[in-house]
Amino acid sequence: MSFPWAQQYKPQSTVMQWVDERLPLPRLVYNAVGAGYPVPRNLNYFWNFGVLAGVALVIQIVTGIVLAMHYYASIDGAFNSVEHIMRDVNAGWFLRYAHMNGASFFFIVVYIHIFRGLFYGSYKAPREMIWLLGVTIFLLMMATAFMGYVLPWGQMSFWGAQVITGFFSAIPLVGEPLRQWLLGGFAPDQAALNRFFSLHYLMPFVIAGVIILHVWALHIPGSSNPTGVSVKGEQDTVPFHPYYTAKDGFGLGIFLIAFVVVTFFAPNLLGHPDNYIPANPLSTPAHIVPEWYFLPFYAILKAFTVDFAIPFTGIILVPAKLMGVLAMFGSILLLFFLPWLDTSPVRSGHYRPLFRKFFWFGLIPCLVVLTYVGAQPPYTQWVVLSQLGAAYYFAHFLIILPIISRIERPLPLPNSITEAVTGKPLQTEAVAETPLRPAVA
Amino acid sequence: MVRLVAFLVGVFFSGMLLLGLGDTVITAIKEPAVPTAEHDFYEKPLAVSFAHDGPLGKFDRGQLQRGLKVYSEVCAACHGLSLVSFRNFADLGYSEDEVKAIAKGWKTEVPTINPETGEPATRPAIPADRIPSPFANEVAARAANNNALPPDLSLITKARADGPAYVYSLLLGYREQVGYKNAEGKELLKEFPEAATPPGLNFNPWFATLNIAMAQPISADDQVTYDDGTKATQEQMAKDVSAFLTWTAEPKLENRKSAGWAALGFLIIFTGLAWMSYKTIWAGKKH
Repeated sequence: MSFPWAQQYKPQSTVMQWVDERLPLPRLVYNAVGAGYPVPRNLNYFWNFGVLAGVALVIQIVTGIVLAMHYYASIDGAFNSVEHIMRDVNAGWFLRYAHMNGASFFFIVVYIHIFRGLFYGSYKAPREMIWLLGVTIFLLMMATAFMGYVLPWGQMSFWGAQVITGFFSAIPLVGEPLRQWLLGGFAPDQAALNRFFSLHYLMPFVIAGVIILHVWALHIPGSSNPTGVSVKGEQDTVPFHPYYTAKDGFGLGIFLIAFVVVTFFAPNLLGHPDNYIPANPLSTPAHIVPEWYFLPFYAILKAFTVDFAIPFTGIILVPAKLMGVLAMFGSILLLFFLPWLDTSPVRSGHYRPLFRKFFWFGLIPCLVVLTYVGAQPPYTQWVVLSQLGAAYYFAHFLIILPIISRIERPLPLPNSITEAVTGKPLQTEAVAETPLRPAVA
Repeated sequence: MVRLVAFLVGVFFSGMLLLGLGDTVITAIKEPAVPTAEHDFYEKPLAVSFAHDGPLGKFDRGQLQRGLKVYSEVCAACHGLSLVSFRNFADLGYSEDEVKAIAKGWKTEVPTINPETGEPATRPAIPADRIPSPFANEVAARAANNNALPPDLSLITKARADGPAYVYSLLLGYREQVGYKNAEGKELLKEFPEAATPPGLNFNPWFATLNIAMAQPISADDQVTYDDGTKATQEQMAKDVSAFLTWTAEPKLENRKSAGWAALGFLIIFTGLAWMSYKTIWAGKKH
């Protein structure tokens, strides 16, 4: 598809030839994840996580469809139907625990996938569209996961829904009507539960659709690689199959081992005990905490404690609550602008000494801190840490990255992927690096 | 343009956060956080171990049967177990006839209607029934319990952090409040004179608010007579009933662990083979 030396599909049997002539689906698969897709030869294990995210989505869809056969979206029956699944449905406990922990593992994998992209500059030209679609998938995942967490109708389901839909009421003028329209009532109730179930079932398929676009966009320039140097010739690549199917197979095994250990031996490790208490609109839990994968964003939301006001007049321009909501959404939306904020022509963090320092000693600790304090009660020390962490988060992407990409002096890049791998200079004459895609075969 | 707007947004958000940080610090200095009795005197659950702990753990059937006895003779007076059916007691090692007898002899009968008059009535339980709740509804439960609602216990060990240890500690955690000192030697009523337990509640530092509506349920050794001859100390009864409530919350615990080992065994072989094919395919290819 992407490089002139990509292998061409040759049907092995008359049946496949017959199909291929009428509907080139075998050819499509061959070019997408088969021998017809040339991939840089130097990918490290961080490049496994795209395929793993796809597997995680499949696990969620398969377990989710079966769970939906036994689940009952009713405020009186939802909690008990989940317990019915846990107790009476054949292997229901497995389906439910796999789905519950599958969501967590989906996020673990996707977070590593995103950090791979952030460190190796996978969002830079010519791959901006892949990145934009990826951020879209991430947003859709967050919405899906939130609505899924509401479905068992436990205490955290109910109060999480109350808090999250409450964000919308911070919007001036239209906020409260908007919230009621979204919920179909004044508080989360039957109408909300029904629509969340409907959307929770729909959105994974929307995600699957955007993933097709994400992979399509990937196949135009081809995969990035740890050096960030573009592919210059056939010697720089290997066919996806069998080279990366084999490597991904091994990565998949490791991923599934981790998944199985948690699902079978500590299935409630990542959940909250309060969600085993049926929803009670009259009793607010002591600490309302979202699922772990939302904690950094929840910490950003809670970090805003002062109103933006004109001093000495008491006129509030932006209340702290609205600012928190804007910042929380902003913290994800800013990722859409990343390709234009980081203007350094060097992709890989390996060759960017300054960028690398801010990545490992700034961004990563900042996110660890935000994740931790997101789950803590509002004691002074945690509020201070969340404010420091959130301030660094915005400064990192919006101020520091644009500046370092101007002032930084990158290390010398290898001439080619093959040279980086073998340590020998290229035999053939190097093709000039083109920022856009090579000629399509 | 993008970078200019981004810079301004970044300065605004980070600036407001740093302003808030200053505000937080000043507030904390001006009005230091007031210590509370709940914060200083709440006790984390005691360390307790069970046969079903760990990846190889299995339920101790004898212990579950003893726990059922404690539940039915002590807890069941106020607490329901609405997600468990009598037929599930077969998992505790009871025969079909024994399950029938337990159902038939249960103190609370199952609500039904009189087939001739349609009036509300009750009948003895059968194995297919869920455990009948001691109160007809929440109002009745609150009316009988000084307006407190005894929670259903089916999921209690999963609905509390460190659940089995929590139940065990709570049952043994009743203390005389006058003169109570915690492990650091601080005396509660000296530090917080206003924290005296209000009438109708009971002092228990293993409960989040330190004061629990439930009166001490296990108060003497041999409160229950065990069929297997085990000495019914208070610790033994508390431990047995928390093991039983672990089973009610997670009846498939053993299936889960054994399936986990099978899945793990399969995956280790799969991953080993995948590793070998990866190495074979990439052999001679520098990467």
